[in-house]
Amino acid sequence: MKYYEGDCVIELDVNNEIRKATVRPSDVLLDVLREQFGLTGAKPGCKNGDCGTCTILMDGLPAKACLVLAVEAVGHKILTVEGLGGHTPIQEAFVQYNAFQCGYCTSGFLMVCHALAERKPNADEYEMEKWLQSNICRCTSYQEIREAVKSVLKHI
Amino acid sequence: MIANDFVYCKPGNRREAVKAYRALSKEDKKVFYYNGGSEIITMARAGSNAPDAVIDLKGIKECNKLELEEDYLVIGGAVSLNTIEESGLFPLLGTTGSRIADHTNQCRITLGGNISGTIIYKETVLPLLLTDAKIILYGPRGFRRLQFKNAFDQRIKLRDGEFIYQVKIKKEMLSLPFTHVKKTAIEKIDYPLVTVCSISYGNYLRFAFSGLCSFPFRSVEIEKILNDSQLSAEERLEKTHGLLPEPPVTDYQGTGEYRLFVFDNIIKAILERRNNEVL
Ligand SMILES: Cc1cc2nc3c(=O)[nH]c(=O)nc-3n(C[C@H](O)[C@H](O)[C@H](O)COP(=O)(O)OP(=O)(O)OC[C@H]3O[C@@H](n4cnc5c(N)ncnc54)[C@H](O)[C@@H]3O)c2cc1C
Ligand code: FES
Ligand code: FES
Repeated sequence: MKYYEGDCVIELDVNNEIRKATVRPSDVLLDVLREQFGLTGAKPGCKNGDCGTCTILMDGLPAKACLVLAVEAVGHKILTVEGLGGHTPIQEAFVQYNAFQCGYCTSGFLMVCHALAERKPNADEYEMEKWLQSNICRCTSYQEIREAVKSVLKHI
Repeated sequence: MIANDFVYCKPGNRREAVKAYRALSKEDKKVFYYNGGSEIITMARAGSNAPDAVIDLKGIKECNKLELEEDYLVIGGAVSLNTIEESGLFPLLGTTGSRIADHTNQCRITLGGNISGTIIYKETVLPLLLTDAKIILYGPRGFRRLQFKNAFDQRIKLRDGEFIYQVKIKKEMLSLPFTHVKKTAIEKIDYPLVTVCSISYGNYLRFAFSGLCSFPFRSVEIEKILNDSQLSAEERLEKTHGLLPEPPVTDYQGTGEYRLFVFDNIIKAILERRNNEVL
């Protein structure tokens, strides 16, 4: 049985690197990624599961890092926007289609779109909309984001 | 950031989970079973009902089971809404879950967490009430196997230290024709003003509701009226209003009157469609 109490040292697999962090069991993954690992790509927005700016991938599926405990992430593969590298098809498409304005929501959107393209390259409009609805863009770049995602999916 | 500290443990089997519950609650701690964590974390962050210890059930193999057995579909309490939907095994539950929160959250929110949460909507309860599901609970005194409708009355009735282990649905109930309608105040992704699930069993429509009252429910009396073809749709609805278990909820999303108006329109559409199918 895994058991964590007080300050504990954990090892997390983030962007294919094993990193150590000292956390309290009640620390959320978002804070640990940003404050201990300096991975500030995942952004704090609502911290309530509503906006999606903090989205990361956990074992390839999107998760809102504000709603995951850091200790829960032990043993899982975490991918943040930094781990995408910079030249994935979806990142190139965001640049090509101007799919951002201020950019605050962008890393969250990129993670959802990357997961969608990887897991469901044949996704249709309905599926695409369903995944994208998890994230909010205050600058309302929705149309451009949609075009960027469409360009990396096979069948739209 | 969650201000208070708590203990986190993740047992590898059901016995360890109950053992941990016993040991931790002996220390006078507020102990919560933990699944997707979405409610526990949001509430703890807001400083309300923060636990002293959480026991993560996701390490228990049987709680992650999603499998067709000979006569039943078995769904573990730790299975996520997204996994249920993607499996396609129980389309009504899949559809209902796919309208709870958003897709990313659906990858974390679990069936057990949605049934047991404190939020009033608990929309996954509707398909379980309609399909005569069974629920298997596990706790310090071992297993309890119950009809879901007997275990859920406004909320899940758990004994101290018990958790939702699995639910089981008869195979023949999985693919009955169904309707799922969720109406929200403004945004598509939001809590429901009213959610209606309905299945056609034989030639009889069963109905269950969320959002209308402060708990999800199915009412056999309401179903009798709504299936009474001697009455017009308007007469059926009027009689139904008198049979609600409590007055409709009034909150920031809508008044009770508005909820009733939305409810009437959903039911009218379902009855009309059924009439057209019969004619
Ligand atoms: C952004 C957002 C939108 C939402 N929208 C909706 C909506 O539209 N409709 C709706 O119905 N809900 C909605 N919810 C609520 C959500 O479904 C509930 O919060 C649900 O409890 C979360 O499940 P979880 O697995 O994350 O539970 P957790 O946070 O892990 O647990 C919630 C509660 O259930 C208990 N629990 C968990 N698993 C078990 C078990 N197996 N046995 C016994 N007790 C258990 C815990 O002790 C805790 O009290 C929304 C939540 C969020 C974050
Ligand atoms: S900060 Fe996590 S969803 Fe908004
Ligand atoms: S680009 Fe500004 S919030 Fe989306």
